[in-house]
Amino acid sequence: MNLQSTYMGLKLNSPIVVSACTLADQVDNVVKMEENGAGAVVMPSLFEEQIRKEEARVKTVMSETSYAFPEAMDYFPDLEDFNVGVDDYLENIRKAKERVKIPVIGSLNGITTEGWIDYARQIEQAGADGLEVNIFFIPGDIAMSSSEVEHRYLNIIESIKLSVKMPVAVKLNPYFSSMGNMALRMKNSGADALVLFNRFYQPDFDINELVLKTDLHYSEPGEIRLPLLWIALLYGKVELSLAATTGVQSAVEVVKYLLAGADVVMTASSLYKNGIPYLKTLNKELQDWMYMMGFDNIDAFRGSMSQQNVSDPTAFERANYIRILEGMK
Amino acid sequence: MSNKNKLVATIDGNEAAAYVAYRINEVCAIYPITPSSTMAELADEWASKGIKNIWGNIPDVIELQSEGGAAGTVHGALQTGSLTTTFTASQGLMLMLPNMYKIAGELTAAVFHVAARSLAAQGLSIFGDHQDIMAARTTGFAMLGSASVQEAHDFALISQVASLRSRIPFVHFFDGFRTSHEVNKLELLSDEQIKSMVPDELVIAHRNRGLNPEHPFIRGTAQNPDVYFQGRETVNTFYNNTPGIVQQVMDEFGKMTGRKYRLFEYSGDPAAERLVIVMGSGGETVIETVNELVKKGEKVGVLHVRLYRPFSLSHFMDALPASIKTIAVLDRTKESGAAGEPMYQDVLSTLVEAFQQKKIKTLPNVVGGRYGLSSKEFTPAMVKGIYDELKKDQPKNGFTIGINDDVTFTSLAYDPEYKLDESEWRQGLFFGLGADGTVGANKNTIKIIGENTDLYAQGYFVYDSKKSGARTVSHLRFGPKPIRAPYLISKADFIACHQFNFTEKVEMLEFASQGATFLLNSPYSKEEVWSKLPGQVQKQIIDKKIKVYVIDATTVARETGMSGRINTIMQTCYFALSGVLPKDDAIKQIKKAIEKTYFKKGPKVIEQNFQAVDATLAHLYEVKIPAKASGAHVDLLTVSDKAPDFVKNVTAMMMAGHGDDIPVSKMTVDGTYPSGTTQWEKRNVSDLVASWEPDLCIQCGNCAYVCPHSVIRAKFYHEDHLGKAPEGFKSAPINARGFPETKYSLQVYLEDCTGCNLCVEVCPASDPANRSKKAINMGEKAPVLKQEQKSIEFFENIPWNDRSKIDFSTVHGAQFLEPLFEFSGACAGCGETPYLKLLSQLFGDRLLVANATGCSSIYGGNLPTTPWSMNKEGRGPAWSNSLFEDNAEFGLGMRVTADKQLDVARHLLNEMKGDIGEGLVKEILEASQVLESELVEQRVRVEGLKEKLKTMDSSSARHLLSVADQLVRRSVWLVGGDGWAYDIGYGGLDHALASGRNINVLVLDTEVYSNTGGQSSKSTPTAATAKFAAGGKSGGKKDLAMQAISYGNVYVARVAFGANPQQALLAMREAEAYDGPSLILAYSHCIAHGYDLKNGLDQQHKAVASGHWPLLRYNPVLRKKNQNPFVLDSPRPTVSLKDYAYNELRYKVLTMTNPDAAEHLMKHAQELVNLKWKTYEELATKKASDFVPIA
Repeated sequence: MNLQSTYMGLKLNSPIVVSACTLADQVDNVVKMEENGAGAVVMPSLFEEQIRKEEARVKTVMSETSYAFPEAMDYFPDLEDFNVGVDDYLENIRKAKERVKIPVIGSLNGITTEGWIDYARQIEQAGADGLEVNIFFIPGDIAMSSSEVEHRYLNIIESIKLSVKMPVAVKLNPYFSSMGNMALRMKNSGADALVLFNRFYQPDFDINELVLKTDLHYSEPGEIRLPLLWIALLYGKVELSLAATTGVQSAVEVVKYLLAGADVVMTASSLYKNGIPYLKTLNKELQDWMYMMGFDNIDAFRGSMSQQNVSDPTAFERANYIRILEGMK
Repeated sequence: MSNKNKLVATIDGNEAAAYVAYRINEVCAIYPITPSSTMAELADEWASKGIKNIWGNIPDVIELQSEGGAAGTVHGALQTGSLTTTFTASQGLMLMLPNMYKIAGELTAAVFHVAARSLAAQGLSIFGDHQDIMAARTTGFAMLGSASVQEAHDFALISQVASLRSRIPFVHFFDGFRTSHEVNKLELLSDEQIKSMVPDELVIAHRNRGLNPEHPFIRGTAQNPDVYFQGRETVNTFYNNTPGIVQQVMDEFGKMTGRKYRLFEYSGDPAAERLVIVMGSGGETVIETVNELVKKGEKVGVLHVRLYRPFSLSHFMDALPASIKTIAVLDRTKESGAAGEPMYQDVLSTLVEAFQQKKIKTLPNVVGGRYGLSSKEFTPAMVKGIYDELKKDQPKNGFTIGINDDVTFTSLAYDPEYKLDESEWRQGLFFGLGADGTVGANKNTIKIIGENTDLYAQGYFVYDSKKSGARTVSHLRFGPKPIRAPYLISKADFIACHQFNFTEKVEMLEFASQGATFLLNSPYSKEEVWSKLPGQVQKQIIDKKIKVYVIDATTVARETGMSGRINTIMQTCYFALSGVLPKDDAIKQIKKAIEKTYFKKGPKVIEQNFQAVDATLAHLYEVKIPAKASGAHVDLLTVSDKAPDFVKNVTAMMMAGHGDDIPVSKMTVDGTYPSGTTQWEKRNVSDLVASWEPDLCIQCGNCAYVCPHSVIRAKFYHEDHLGKAPEGFKSAPINARGFPETKYSLQVYLEDCTGCNLCVEVCPASDPANRSKKAINMGEKAPVLKQEQKSIEFFENIPWNDRSKIDFSTVHGAQFLEPLFEFSGACAGCGETPYLKLLSQLFGDRLLVANATGCSSIYGGNLPTTPWSMNKEGRGPAWSNSLFEDNAEFGLGMRVTADKQLDVARHLLNEMKGDIGEGLVKEILEASQVLESELVEQRVRVEGLKEKLKTMDSSSARHLLSVADQLVRRSVWLVGGDGWAYDIGYGGLDHALASGRNINVLVLDTEVYSNTGGQSSKSTPTAATAKFAAGGKSGGKKDLAMQAISYGNVYVARVAFGANPQQALLAMREAEAYDGPSLILAYSHCIAHGYDLKNGLDQQHKAVASGHWPLLRYNPVLRKKNQNPFVLDSPRPTVSLKDYAYNELRYKVLTMTNPDAAEHLMKHAQELVNLKWKTYEELATKKASDFVPIA
């Protein structure tokens, strides 16, 4: 049975891809992911502000403790010859590339345009096969118009595409006035793929301590509906690879996303819960389903439940909503 | 020759010497000691970076446990044929002496590079003179002295070559700090040049003399009276030949480089009549002064001694002009009780011998003098004073220069206003804080100008002795010719003040020359700033026609994204204003330097820095100077009237920076100083200080407990006291039930607060409506200062709570004990001092402290003011520091005295019970002295005894009176860092613990040599990076606790006050109560760990939670009671070692420099932690009988 898929020009042996998570911090784990059938691995996100913070921290500690006292000119070996900050990350990509054959995709979360460009270039030079840019931006400034927000996204994509040759995927949130039009414009700005969707950090309150709760929770299968909707709507309408993320806990969600039209399906939560070997289970269950349904390759059913392929396309739109409400009567 | 054709560098003397030493050796055996540590650090760093010596291999750099150990390893490596060196100073050289005799006796070629430093006598000094060198002059080592940074570089090679040729080992020395730390422009020797001077045959001959089982021999025999003497005389020829060899090497070196040297270098009038003989950097000052005096027609000369041992009569006489009539021999040392200082005696005997041999017809009049001890300034004015003295018929012998000896009147008078022509130099003085990067920026400036233009550059940096809020003064000179001026700048044409508040604290403009430029980092605009300056500053500006410029560097730094660092902003201003280079050139140079520095970071970062330069220039304004001064005079000498006379008359002068003016008569004769003087030095180092919220406070005492500077104090008292309280005095009802009339106050001594934030971090109480507001917060000092000063005065008059009525077994209770260790100069947020404060609170009034050299001896005992204080009764910790290596033995000696005098007292009590009264004697002898109330009762009895004894006229009564204090139980504590306990003092510590005596050892364990700059100790944990372990520590951390436990009768505890304050308190009390040896290993977070120390407590938690620092107590008392003595006080690890370690730069550094090694070592370290935990857990579950029984 052939599970091959193509994701922004990269040939994958499986449509199941490990999404950006800290499991891939260790190269041994990346090797394990390949062994267990991951089609590709997205490396953990490199947070620009974290790097800048780290660089500033090192600089501050070094300078504040240097030349302050006659007996101790400084306290740490000279770091002049070393790059602080991004090195670890790049080194991990380099090492991962040495040890696995599956595509290794870098992931970047930036705040400044320079940051996006600098680090994107460095990730490419480290050997990454592609880049996922995670635009994690909450327009908290209420003076910022929706078109300004949109331009910010498009500018980032254009800047990165001008500075690197590797394919670039954009991981984004769904909260645009016109998500479909944004997808099209992102494609026109040079994006090679869209990753649907980013899960925002949404704070909660602790009502006893009167503080913000900052815990994260794993995505749940119920959360797949929004990305499923948009993948099904976008499939075949924009010439972009589509990656589904969020809510993948079993092969059921993988199949659903593929049916909607995803080129790849990403998961991290299921691996945190069940361990990296769970990739093997996911692949096996996908194959079992395909066997049962009589499909011998992914393209045979990919997008078959997308908006353009279902018998009642309006089901994806408002009419569907009304029908559901009516059905509840 | 222009700089383009030369290999030039601007580096300090340490680097200059180490650069060569590293390249011509195969083994460096090292140990840190100021001011030589940098040489060893560089060698270690170069080796870890893979830099090779001239033979293409990387020298093996090995750290030892002491200088004694380093010398032993040097000896062993030499004896087996390696080219071996070491770097040391002062007490370090003293520890090497025994081996030096051996190495010399065996005619072994080697060079020890020494940054010459004072020896600890009446006090320790880290600064430079020749006392250490002179103490080593009898070892048989040849001694070659460098006078400048260039010479330190050149002589490192010359001494090595001469040693290989002569087989005589050399001490190559230069003046500590003055040369070791002076940055100067020099011509570097290329590897080819170095190699050409060290031919293979010399190296191979050295190797062939090494021990080798392939053709064995024996060396190091024991010899009898029949042959030892003759054996000692066999070496004479080698010594006789050495001066000639050195001169020959110097000549060859001169041919190669153009830099010519003589063993005795004469400068001056060829027909000079007055001569000064001098060695080391002072020689440069004398030569420059002589050149000036000769121009004015004075018949003077100077003989600069370079090869001091062997002292060559023939070379000396050849260099000495026949016209000389009077000679002053200057020694930078002190040899009490000798007929004269060493070089004076050498010169005298040489001249007498020459006279006897009829090489001279008359003996000149020779006098000796001392100068420059402990880096005391030695200036052209002093040199002129000496030459003036030599004009007299009978110049003073045994004179001193540079001090005012008004007791034995040795000092020479001189005119301090005398100066050489300084018109060719541009001289700048920069006043900054240690933490603001001023020195770093100035070193960078010197590099930029020195290495990119034809100008010569010199930099010297003066620091104060505090570790928090330390001030620095940078002295920079630039000129068209090499700068030979090893003395501070006294008149500068550029003065920069990097901290505005210095205008009210430091005299800066007294150093300004007429028409100088004054650059001020000011939060005030060019229009406002004038009104903010003190009157005397305004007056100096007007009188000296000083041009004043201001910049708000803090704002510019912030706005240009320079991480709030002002140093680069101020540096740019200097380039623009100083006139060292034309302004446009200067800005070009600084931008060139930026491009070079940030090349790797990419064009954006370079552009950002360029923008910062442009923004700086745009915000730099000249201030319009009014015709008249209008500001009020601010008195810099602000010591309270309540201070004791000694503090007012002597200490205050040191505090104000006028210590040089204190005459000998005002100094104490034996190094004894009054306790508790930090209280008079209100340093005001932080604008943000702790502020208490009585309404939110739960009175837990945590803040007072963790405060490293004892600035937070608590008392409870009857509310009647509040009747006289000043407005704004804060109090709250005490939170204990049943005391409605009792109030509680927490007083912050805000002028002593360093703003470290630990109190805020530890505070558990916060405002329910605003969680960020705690019961203690950081707030602006200025608005509350005046009112709080009154509150402090009032608080001090509330009596301390009765110790015998406080339950100080809890952290809550301990806050009410008076701290007798206060306001030290330790770093803000120091992790050591909370333990010392607690020690002083618990046992302070009967405490003896033996303190090993290190951080705790510096913030504990460095003048001008010291923190160990006393209570209202005049009792308090009696503190002393002997050395670094001997502290355990030193403290044991204190215990021995306590035991012996107690024994004498008890014996006399028994003997005199008829006179004293049997009842009192019995009570005293049988008193239990465990509880505080019992100690108080015993004190009353002993006071009664003393009163009785004073009325008796007998020898026994007088003796008993002199030792009666010992009848109150003494608490003897041996305090020091891990460098002492794990390394250099380990043998002594082990012995003291094994002695079974009632000593208490407190190891302030920072896991690194903190005081000397973060070198690795055997406490440094696996995977951490430190100096001397630049590649990450691969070995395990020594488990000192388990070693001590193996004795069975030693009380052992491992504590971390930030993780479990209660356990730390309990351990201190148990240790003290235990009648035998005790060892407490106290986790101490430290700036050498590399993070903001406000997170120190959190890191302590993580250190414990990760299992890196398991809390434990081993109590022999329990073993005696047939219980398991091993108590594990911390729970199983809950976080990984990584989660703790990678918050600290000391671990993180390796992930940046060598990620593979970091990963490997961290894995290894985690395994070690797991294993240690398993072992401890097993021990905690064993039976009493599984442990060593107590005899």
